[in-house]
Amino acid sequence: MYDYDVIIIGAGVSGSAIARELSRYKVNACVLEREEDVCCGTSKANSGIVHAGYDAPIGSMKAKMNLRGNAMMEQLSKDLDFPFFRNGSLVICLDKKDMPRLQELYDRGVANGVWGLQILMKEEVKEREPNITDEVYAALYAPTGGIVCPFGLNIALAENANTNGVEFRFHTEVQKIEKSEEGFILHTSQGDYRAGYVVNAAGVYADHFHNMVSDQKIHITARKGDYFLLDKSAGKHVSSTIFALPGIYGKGVLVAPTAHGNLLVGPTAIDIPNKEGTNTTREGLDQVLAKAGMNVKNLPMRQVITSFAGLRAHEDQDEFIIEEVEDAKGFIDCAGIESPGLTSCPAIGELVADMLRDKMRLEEKEEFIATRKGILNPETLSKEERIELIKNNPAYGNIICRCEMITEGEIIDAIRRPLGARSLDGVKRRTRAGMGRCQAGFCSPRTMEILARELKVDMQDVTKSGGASKIVVGVNKDTI
Amino acid sequence: MKNYDIVIIGGGPAGLAAAVSAKENGIESILILERDKELGGILNQCIHNGFGLHTFKEELTGPEYAGRFIEQVNELQIEYKLHTMVMDIRADKVITAMNREEGLFEIQAKAVILAMGCRERPRGALNIPGYRPAGIFSAGTAQRLVNMEGYLPGREVVILGSGDIGLIMARRMTLEGAKVKVVAELMPYSGGLKRNIVQCLDDYGIPLKLSHTVVDIQGKERLEGVTLAEVDGKGKPISGTEEFYSCDTLLLSVGLIPENELSGGMGVELNPVTSGPRVNESLETNIEGVFACGNVLHVHDLVDFVSEEAKAAGKNAAMYVKSEGITDRPASDKGKKPCVRLKATDGVRYTVPETIHVDRMADTLTVRFRVGGVYQNCFISAYFDDERVIHKKRPVVAPGEMEEIKLTKEQLEKYPDLEMITVKIEEA
Repeated sequence: MYDYDVIIIGAGVSGSAIARELSRYKVNACVLEREEDVCCGTSKANSGIVHAGYDAPIGSMKAKMNLRGNAMMEQLSKDLDFPFFRNGSLVICLDKKDMPRLQELYDRGVANGVWGLQILMKEEVKEREPNITDEVYAALYAPTGGIVCPFGLNIALAENANTNGVEFRFHTEVQKIEKSEEGFILHTSQGDYRAGYVVNAAGVYADHFHNMVSDQKIHITARKGDYFLLDKSAGKHVSSTIFALPGIYGKGVLVAPTAHGNLLVGPTAIDIPNKEGTNTTREGLDQVLAKAGMNVKNLPMRQVITSFAGLRAHEDQDEFIIEEVEDAKGFIDCAGIESPGLTSCPAIGELVADMLRDKMRLEEKEEFIATRKGILNPETLSKEERIELIKNNPAYGNIICRCEMITEGEIIDAIRRPLGARSLDGVKRRTRAGMGRCQAGFCSPRTMEILARELKVDMQDVTKSGGASKIVVGVNKDTI
Repeated sequence: MKNYDIVIIGGGPAGLAAAVSAKENGIESILILERDKELGGILNQCIHNGFGLHTFKEELTGPEYAGRFIEQVNELQIEYKLHTMVMDIRADKVITAMNREEGLFEIQAKAVILAMGCRERPRGALNIPGYRPAGIFSAGTAQRLVNMEGYLPGREVVILGSGDIGLIMARRMTLEGAKVKVVAELMPYSGGLKRNIVQCLDDYGIPLKLSHTVVDIQGKERLEGVTLAEVDGKGKPISGTEEFYSCDTLLLSVGLIPENELSGGMGVELNPVTSGPRVNESLETNIEGVFACGNVLHVHDLVDFVSEEAKAAGKNAAMYVKSEGITDRPASDKGKKPCVRLKATDGVRYTVPETIHVDRMADTLTVRFRVGGVYQNCFISAYFDDERVIHKKRPVVAPGEMEEIKLTKEQLEKYPDLEMITVKIEEA
């Protein structure tokens, strides 16, 4: 039996943000994750948007967390070294008749405390974003809107938490939770764990765990979003995040640059019964294609390099549930974390850590390390610095991923650092190797070699994303 | 900064042939930059035979074919750098490259030959719905794993796309012990060479399903199966025709894209049909002294034609370097005499080259192109302005096989006021 003060279920952005904030204190904490890596569920497949905060109802937990998270993000991105840009956002109104709805968003934003909101008329919108449709009537401009690399954010939080003493156990699926005298017993696929406090940050499965310990049931629906990702050659098509105003044309899709310079188009919103249903569907992709050009003209959809789907953890009351469960003291829910969840995660981390600090009377650690250095991106260096880097470590002179120009040095760093990559997808999320226009065609055999060498495993044991996802199944003629 | 007369970007078949030709045409200072660990490019993983029938009048394997050119490069003492990635090329022909030993360095060239080849279209470009498990490979990636590293990517295989690499891999996977269940092709005709369909599918009893595509991908960790469906004339899946194939591997052979990120970065104009540079009779791009050949220019079926094209590019680059400083370089783009334009129409999708300066052309010029559909008993015609000058009977032409016509300088000189040559398919 493993014993911890606090166990966090789930190593997505919420669980990792909570772990990171909690690691400020003298506490024995552990994150349990059923996948092979952090950032494997909702956190890896979303819009990567840092919302300004005009969407959520006035006074809601969503609004509160959104505003606080948005305000924290910039400093956090500097402290933990992940890509974040305040590119601003526009909500496009195509019809004069929809103006009351745009005004409603503006008013709600002001009431929520969003700074700098402005309603721009057609000419001002076109001046800011020439590729907005000529049909535009007006738009709500939010200068505090931003974009973040969701992987970068999640990995940075987890790494920093780990550096500060929080343990992470992967391939560890929680199967059953029992209340006990001193807290909870968690039966997992890797043995039993005991903890005084449990934080439930299990994404689409948060209802599942909540309902194991409480009679006041909650319900979470997996709400699928299909997306297209376009090549970097299309990344400057718009500079702000372009949202559609829900209106007489129905609910539209967003068009946004990503923090790495690609263009993202999506998502759909389709409720599904299967919490594992991360597959894209023909209907979903067709819906995105049909709506893609509604607000942005000349979208180069021929530049699509991949499509993907993510699942939102939609709670029936449409609200974040971040609180101690009434009939299960010591069990803290962090449930229903859908949009603006990514934006909110720093605030959620802070809130839950504060709750635990107060309940457990935790003391701050003196040795807490508040900053973390990400994987060195040689492209940010001057020519002289880069030459010096390669001289000291020739692996930085060896390009492995040709599309994203990722070097062997970066891939080795991704594998060797705390909570390092164990699979091709792990390397991809940390370095972008394989995330470019050829989608790992050239680099996957070479990245496999580096993984096999660094992890001291056979090429045949290298996986795409852990578990049974092996890339090769044998050697030539092994059955002949 | 180092200086070279000609720098060749890429050491595959195009780069090698261009280098040899430039040297034979009197240029001493040549450098080939290759990103892989050896010269030869994609030929190194093409271990099947059938290469070189035109060039060497015998059937060679890919590595053997490459070997012939590598030998010449070595004999001619042409300089090359391996494991070297070109990061950037500027319009003034300053090349930034990187490798482990030298770090980041710059090279000034007088002429540049673009020979970067092409890459495979990935799954994402096709918008195939479904999960994203392990076991989905582009055919060329699988070919590298099998032929160069000895690993079997899977045991039960479905192949989407009947491009040549897909067909070749159907045979290879079978020979290595995998079961290839079916090859599906979206179009009503194959995108590969006829001989590959016979030798790689028919000979092994592998069914080819034309007008079919993958409409769903099952399996969360490793691929468990795909659903195929028939498509209508517009390529849309027909409801009710779905058929599930259990498999652990899906190979994609769904098209090749010339790798022109470097070209685009330096300001080379690209043709949206080929995704390759627009070139004149000298295979020179819109930037003077920058030439292109091989699959970076337009995707070829046969390496022999890549070599032939590259040989011309090498020679033309040599002539360019030698004529440097001579102000009366004949009929440059800025010259007085306008060039002849080529127009592709009526079933002809593009031509390489797109313009001809008659003064500068060789005695015979090969114009290469592809057609947009299958045509039987048709004519390939070339009109010099309004006059039909070439009218070549063909029993069948298809998109999978590159076509050509030959123009002679003598012929063109007879039409001093010629403005446009129109290349088209005429049905009998």
